[in-house]
Amino acid sequence: MRIFSFSQPLNFMRLKWPAIILSTLLILGSFFSIATKGINWGLDFTGGTVIEVGFADPADLTAVRQTLTDAGYGDAVVQLFGTSRDVLIRIPLRTDVEQAAVGDSVIKALNAQQAEPVTMRRVEFVGPSVGAELKEDGGLAMLVALIGILLYVTMRFEWRLSVGAVASLAHDVILTMGLFSVLQLEFDLTVLAAILALIGYSINDTIVVFDRIRESFRKLRDTSVDDTINDAITSTLNRTVITSLTTVLVLVVLFYMGGALIHGFATALLFGIAIGTYSSIYVASAIAEILGISREDMLPPPPIEKEGENTDALL
Amino acid sequence: MLNQNPLWRYIVVIGMLLLALVYALPNLYPEDPALNISATRGGTVAEETRLQLEQSFRSANIAAKSVVLEEGQILARFNSTEDQLQAREIASQQLGDNFVTALNLAPATPDWLTAIGATPMNLGLDLRGGVHFLMAVDMKAALDKNLNDMVQTFRTDLREDKIRYRNVQADIGRGQVQISFRTEEDVAAAETALRNRDRELVFSTGSDNLTLLVSISEIRLKEIREYALEQNITIIRNRVNEIGVAEPLVQRQGADRIVVQLPGVQDTASAKEILGATASLEFRLVDEQGDLAAALEGRVPPNAELYYTRDGRPLLLEKRIMLTGEHITGASSAFDEYSRPQVSIKLDAKGGNMLSAATRDAIGRRMASVFIEYKPGTEIGEDGNPVLIKQQEVINDATIQARLGRDFRITGISSPGEAQNLSTLLRAGALIAPIQIIEERTIGPSLGKENIDLGVTAIQWGMVCVLIFMVIYYKAFGLVANLALVANLVLIVGIMSMIPGATLTLPGMAGIVLTVGMAVDANVLIFERIREELLDGRSVQQAIHHGYDRAFATIADSNITTLLVALILFGIGTGPVKGFAVTLAIGILTSIFTAVVGTRLLVNLFWGGRRVQSLPI
Repeated sequence: MRIFSFSQPLNFMRLKWPAIILSTLLILGSFFSIATKGINWGLDFTGGTVIEVGFADPADLTAVRQTLTDAGYGDAVVQLFGTSRDVLIRIPLRTDVEQAAVGDSVIKALNAQQAEPVTMRRVEFVGPSVGAELKEDGGLAMLVALIGILLYVTMRFEWRLSVGAVASLAHDVILTMGLFSVLQLEFDLTVLAAILALIGYSINDTIVVFDRIRESFRKLRDTSVDDTINDAITSTLNRTVITSLTTVLVLVVLFYMGGALIHGFATALLFGIAIGTYSSIYVASAIAEILGISREDMLPPPPIEKEGENTDALL
Repeated sequence: MLNQNPLWRYIVVIGMLLLALVYALPNLYPEDPALNISATRGGTVAEETRLQLEQSFRSANIAAKSVVLEEGQILARFNSTEDQLQAREIASQQLGDNFVTALNLAPATPDWLTAIGATPMNLGLDLRGGVHFLMAVDMKAALDKNLNDMVQTFRTDLREDKIRYRNVQADIGRGQVQISFRTEEDVAAAETALRNRDRELVFSTGSDNLTLLVSISEIRLKEIREYALEQNITIIRNRVNEIGVAEPLVQRQGADRIVVQLPGVQDTASAKEILGATASLEFRLVDEQGDLAAALEGRVPPNAELYYTRDGRPLLLEKRIMLTGEHITGASSAFDEYSRPQVSIKLDAKGGNMLSAATRDAIGRRMASVFIEYKPGTEIGEDGNPVLIKQQEVINDATIQARLGRDFRITGISSPGEAQNLSTLLRAGALIAPIQIIEERTIGPSLGKENIDLGVTAIQWGMVCVLIFMVIYYKAFGLVANLALVANLVLIVGIMSMIPGATLTLPGMAGIVLTVGMAVDANVLIFERIREELLDGRSVQQAIHHGYDRAFATIADSNITTLLVALILFGIGTGPVKGFAVTLAIGILTSIFTAVVGTRLLVNLFWGGRRVQSLPI
C-alpha cells in the first residue's frame, strides 16, 4: 500500500512565490495579533495563584464567584476545568495579602460555604520574579536552539540550506504563537515545552528533505535546480506524510485522553506539526532556492563519490 | 551473501532488551501504603520499639504486611490507606514526641529485583501528589545586617585603638560603611588599624579627604551569600525532618534559591508554618546554688527555671538571659590543639560586648546553651491547623574558662559528630537571612493518581493507533517496526528506572507519547527507501542493504538535531520541562537503536541472506 506514487516529480517549486507570500502574510498576521491582542500568558509566566478544586456535585459557578467576592477575591476568574465538578480559580498577583497564603484562604472560604467540603486538587502559586525569569529562559532556550541548529546545518550541509531551515523553524514558532494569540488560548509551561519539541520535530522533517535535495543534486546531472528540488520533495513525500500522520494520530489521542492539563501541549503540537510539514516543504527549500543554491554547492568532496554503484558489484 | 546477522549482534540486542526489561519490571508492582518511623535528633529506634509497635497494631486489629527495622528506621507496610492512617495515629500516640511518623508509599519490589538495584521510576510531584516550594533567600537583608555589624565593630575597634572619629554610618545603597574623622592623620591611622584587624576590607577615601569608605571584598560578599544560603538549607532540612515526610527533597537552585519538595504532604498551611517557624537560642548561666531535687518536685527557686538536656538530665538555669542567638554570626565544628572536637562561635560586635560583660564575674561557672523551637503538636487549633508547641532543650553546658568575647569556643565535646550537631543547632538558632516563598505548587493525591491514569491510557491508545496503522501500511515490515516500537517503550521505561536522577512527570509522559509517534519515523524512512530501491529494479537483498545504509545518514542527521534541542531544553528548563527533555532525549536514542539495529536484525533474520522473490512491504 502506498499513499502517493507519482511517475513524474510534482512541481512544488512552481508554487514557491505564492507560498512565500502566504507565509509572509501569516507571519505578519501573527505579529499583528501578538502586538494588538497579546498572548494569554498562563500562571507560569504572569505569576499569581491557580486553584483547582473538586466538588461532590456539579459546581455552581455563580455561587463560587459570590463566595470569592465575599472573601475579598473579586478579581478571581472562575471556570470549569475538564468536568462539571472541577473548578479552576485564577487569582492575579496582589500586593495587599501575603501571596503564598491566598490558596489556603480560598479553600477555607469555599469550604465554609459548601455542605460537603471541596477537595483540593491543586494549588499553584508563582511569584512575579519567577514568571519573568521563565519568559526570559524560554526565549533564551528557543534562541540557543535556533543558533545551535543554524551552526549544525551549516556544518553538515550548506549555509543557504541552513538559513532556509532556521527561517522555517522561526516561521513555525511564530505561527504557533500567533494561533495562541488569535484564539487567546492559554500559553503555559507545557505549551513552551511543546514549541521546543516542535522545533525538534520540524527540523527533523526539514533535514530529511535537505538530505534528499543533496542526493538529488548529485544524482540528476542535467536538471534545473527547481526540478531537482521537486524530485527530492516528491520522493520524500510519502515519508513526510506518514510520519506526520502517525505523530498526529498520537497527538489526537493525547488531546482527547491526556486530560485538561495537557490540552495546550497537544494543541500547540497538532497545529505546529501541520505547519511544520508545510514549512519544511515550502519555506525551507524555497528560501534556499531563492538564495541561489546550485549543484556546485552540493557536490561532495571527491573521495566520497566512489561509494555506491561500484561496491554493489563486489558484494 | 548480503544481510546476514553476526552472532554478536543478536547478543547485544537481546542482552540490552533483557536488561531494560528487568529494570523496567519494578514499575509493574503496586506500592504499599506504609509508615516510616524515625527518631528525632540524636535518638535511635530500637528493636523494642519495633516489637512494641507490632504489638499495638495487632491489638488494634490492624493487619500490617510487615514491620521491619532498617537503617535506624522502622518501615511498616499495610494493605490499605485506612489501615495506614489508623496505624499512624496509634504510632504517634504511643511513641510521643521523640519520634517522627511519616506516611509513605513503599515500593513493593520483590527482593531479587531490589538486590540487583532495580527500583521503580521516580515520579514527579504532579504524578504522586505533594507540595513543591521554591524559596528565595533575601540576600539584601543578609548583606545589610553585615553592614550594620561592621558599623558596630568599627566603633569598638576604633575606640580600643584610641582613634577619634566623628561618625560611623552604613550606606546601605552603596554597600559600604562611611567613617568621618576630624583630621587626615586619623583617617590614615584608622585605615591601618582596621586593615590589620581584617584583611578582607577594601578602603577608599571620600572626596573631602576626611571620610574613610570601607566595603568588603567580592570574595567576602560571596562568602556571606553562600553562608546565608547554606544556613537556610540546613535549617529547612532539619524542619522538613520534623514534618515527617518520606523522601523529602531540599536542594539549592542557583545563587539564592532553595527548592523544597514534600511528596505526599497535602496540608500546605502547616507545612509552611513549620518551615517558617523560627528557632532561637539563648545562653544562660546554670544555677548551681538552687535545689534541683526540690525543683523537680515543683518548688523552683524564684530566679531560676527548670530545663532538661537532650538526654533528659534536669538543669536549673538562671532566668536572666546572657545572650540570644541573633548575635551569632557563625558557628563551626573543628578540633582543638589536642585534637579534641570543639565548636567555635563568632558573635557580632554587640554580642561580643554583651557576653564579655556577662562573663566578667562568672568565670568558673557553667553556661548552658538553650535551643528553642516551635513544633506542631497533636492538638488542633481553631484555624484547623496543629497548635505549635514551644520546645526548649539544653543542647550544651560548659564551664566558662575565661572572660568570653567576640570569638569563643566550646570544648570537651564527646565526639566530632556531636560537635557537628551542636554547631548546626547553634547556626539554626542564629538570626538568618529571611526567606520568602516565590513559587508553590500543591498537587492533591487524587489528581496525581488521575494524571498517571491519563498518561498511561494516552500512551496505550497512542501505541495501538500507530501499531494498527503500521501493519496496514507496511504489512509484515509493519509488524517488524511494531516489535521495535514495543521494544523502544520497554527500553525507555527501563532506562528511566535505571538513571537515579530521572523523574517521570506529566509532560514527560507526553514526551513518551510523542516519541511513540515519532519513533516510527526512522522505520518509515528505511522502508520507503527499500521500496524505492525495489522500484528502481534492484534485487531484494540489495534493496534491503541499500535501504538501511542510505537511510541511516538521514536518520542520524535528523535525530542529532532533535537531540540538540532536547539537550538545550534540559539545560535551560526547570522542573516539568526538564522531565520532558529527559524522556525526549532517551526516546530519541532508544528509537534510533531499535529502529536501525533492532529491525535490521529481524529483517535480516526473516528475509536476509536467502533467495526471496519479493518483500512483504
